[in-house]
Amino acid sequence: MPSLAAAGLTLLPLGYLARRATEQGWPVVTDLLGRQRTLELLGRSLLLAATVTLACIVVGVALAWLIVRTDLPFRRTWAVVAALPLAVPSYVAAFSWLAVDPGFEGFWAAAMVLTLCSYPYVYLPVAAALQRIDPALEEVSRSQGLSALGTFVRVQLPQLRFAATSGALLVATYTLSEFGAVSLLRYDTVTRGIYTSYRASFDRTPAAVYGCLLAAVTALIVFAEYRTRGRGRYFGNAPSRRPVVLRLRAWRWLAVALPLTLAALALAVPAMATVYWSAKGSSSAVWDEVITAGWTSLRFALYAGVACAFFAIPLGVLAARHRSWLSGLIEQVTWVVHSLPGLVIALSLVFFGIRLANPIYQQTPMLIIAYVVLFLPLAVGAIRASVAQSSPGLEEAARSLGDSARTAMRRITLPLALPGIGAGTALVMLATVKELPATILLRPTGADTLATQLWTATSVGRFAEAAPYAAAIVLVAAIPTLAISRWSRSTSTLEATQ
Amino acid sequence: MVPLDEHVRSYPVTDPKPATEQGLALQVRGLHRSYDAPVLRGLDLDVCQSDLVAVLGPSGCGKTTLLRTVAGFDHADAGTVALGGSFVDAPRVFVQPEHRKVGIVAQTGALFPHLSVARNIGYGLDRGRASHRRVDELLELVGLGGLGRRMPHELSGGQQQRVAVARALAPRPRLLLLDEPFAALDSTLRSSLRADVRDAIHAEGATAVLVTHDQDEALSMADQVAILQDGQVVQMAPPRQIYEEPVDLNVARSLGEAMVLPGRLTEGRVSTALGWLEVGHRSPAAAPGQPPDVLVLLRPEQLELDVASGVKCKVVSTAYFGHDGLIGLIPAAAGAGGLGLAARIMGPSRVPAVGEHVQVGVRGSVAVYPSA
Repeated sequence: MPSLAAAGLTLLPLGYLARRATEQGWPVVTDLLGRQRTLELLGRSLLLAATVTLACIVVGVALAWLIVRTDLPFRRTWAVVAALPLAVPSYVAAFSWLAVDPGFEGFWAAAMVLTLCSYPYVYLPVAAALQRIDPALEEVSRSQGLSALGTFVRVQLPQLRFAATSGALLVATYTLSEFGAVSLLRYDTVTRGIYTSYRASFDRTPAAVYGCLLAAVTALIVFAEYRTRGRGRYFGNAPSRRPVVLRLRAWRWLAVALPLTLAALALAVPAMATVYWSAKGSSSAVWDEVITAGWTSLRFALYAGVACAFFAIPLGVLAARHRSWLSGLIEQVTWVVHSLPGLVIALSLVFFGIRLANPIYQQTPMLIIAYVVLFLPLAVGAIRASVAQSSPGLEEAARSLGDSARTAMRRITLPLALPGIGAGTALVMLATVKELPATILLRPTGADTLATQLWTATSVGRFAEAAPYAAAIVLVAAIPTLAISRWSRSTSTLEATQ
Repeated sequence: MVPLDEHVRSYPVTDPKPATEQGLALQVRGLHRSYDAPVLRGLDLDVCQSDLVAVLGPSGCGKTTLLRTVAGFDHADAGTVALGGSFVDAPRVFVQPEHRKVGIVAQTGALFPHLSVARNIGYGLDRGRASHRRVDELLELVGLGGLGRRMPHELSGGQQQRVAVARALAPRPRLLLLDEPFAALDSTLRSSLRADVRDAIHAEGATAVLVTHDQDEALSMADQVAILQDGQVVQMAPPRQIYEEPVDLNVARSLGEAMVLPGRLTEGRVSTALGWLEVGHRSPAAAPGQPPDVLVLLRPEQLELDVASGVKCKVVSTAYFGHDGLIGLIPAAAGAGGLGLAARIMGPSRVPAVGEHVQVGVRGSVAVYPSA
């Protein structure tokens, strides 16, 4: 039952969005879509997404190969550092570059900031895949007479394809849904179009139409990736041997330039800007407000985490233990919705709330519902993985010793899944603290979180005021990100660190 | 889902008419189960109180399906399962696994990884003093006294299986099911563990069904061996009887190396390429009055080398295992065709060279079966 409720919860608001968009008849919709402004926004969104995705693939694959497959100096340190930009939300990065140079804006600014924040989505799965490729395959290829380069092209690259494309998909959908950074860097995309027409004009039809457009484009990309996914199943069992390491010789120290530059641009700049402006403008009054906003963020995160766990435990158990077309469909639906822009989800909940759920519109429950819709798959993925790890034989053993199905679940399955439940809840909380667009649209009046305060202050250029919030967000986000980069093998756990 | 108690109460659990024999711990009748293809086709199996029955069959023959149906993790398409005289799976009756009092030992042990050894063993017991005593008693019984506080991952594979057996025995189940419990262990460990587990089961007076594809395991552990072929039990008998008097040649082959020679029956003796042999077991279809052409079953350990009165054979291969050896032979006489024989010799005996000629005799009597 909770699984059906969750699926309904995710689909219903979208239905309302579509209804709201077509309320004034199809001619209005086609007219809006045909406008030059619309096509321009869509083109700019797609151009940004394509550029960032391509850049992330190049940077992510190169970095993964250097760190896993060469004798790069300080490899172990780089392996951890390379994942850290995940802890920097893109709007925090945008803020810090603006704080360094207020004239930093436009396409290339947005593309650079988003690449620096998103390349770990490609780097992490590719590095994991490189580690899992059985060295025996390369040895066979070499002994069959292929060169090192030929082996890389014909044996390794095909095995990396799955990891690289799944990472690239994340980058593409996140860039399309990106709102905070592109707004701060004044690069107009569809998301900005949605927001400005939602805020500025009396008629909200354009916002709804743009929302549907963005949802359709995202769904199309997800679907296309799903269709082109290779049929081959790569890397079965993890090899027991370490991968073969290529000696870079004289190139070693030149190669370090890549991770070093990335770390400087993605980590050092935000860190220095934040510290500098915090020190410059800090007063105890500011910090009081930071603590208030931090408490609000934490409270929302806690509610969202618990609510997601409530829905995700039955969904995760169902997905791991009783595969059926229904459970598969529900899971697919939640994932597709998860890849939709937060702004679109928030917008659809606004229309849904005005129409049907007026009592909770602009109240905390509405915001929590938005978080559940957005982040449920993170918790489901983590819980499913941990349930799947314990063998069904354990439940059967418990049944044979006198436990009912429910008791076996309570005494065996749930205790074993506890780490997964904890991780899933933590992922949701982390994502909630960093979430910006849905929070802006749906937060109760007067409730300011770390993210919204940072956004408000930065968009009017008050960097000293914004800096402590940036510091607080990064601090809150860094701890789980470190832990995730340590044990993360599955891409599903990465999604949270948006 | 219908609550169990209600489900059972609304239908008679013990139906007086198709009488389930008292004294039978397990009675399976006409069990059918199909997935994509039929797996069990009308399987019958009776297990007496306090017996250890081994169900022997190749992988994929339905052994595990049988166990899962008896344990209640799977249900029959047709047929009945009764435990201790009451139906647990029959038309309109299905008793949930937790109410069957059937213990299981899985191939990999399936120990609860978050519980200590003692708490694993005590899992199915009510908490209290008595349960502590019972856990200690079982730890001693399986030879793991003092290891109760260990966690499962701190034990070796063999020790884990011992714990799994103790855990299944702890609530004094009506029936213990063992699903290839030693298959994942290395062979040196297996034989001592087999003996210890058998002793533990007997010490508890428990009734057990062991499924295995290993004929040594079945013959050495069980009181009764049941041969499962194509989803049916084709024969069930004590180990020695089933080995010496298999109902057909397929059963004979499933119990170990078997040679089949054509022969001609006359008055209790049979004439073969190895001379005149004494007939011991005679399958009903090869009874007097039937055609005299028969097939003769010989085991490698029945062939003796260097017997003065034996038939001359040529050695074609040798395989030496230390404790014994297997010598491949062909009768030297023309007309014997490509008849391949194998003789098992004991470790210390002489191993003939390939190409050598030896005199081969036959020990004991043989079983005969109708030809084709």
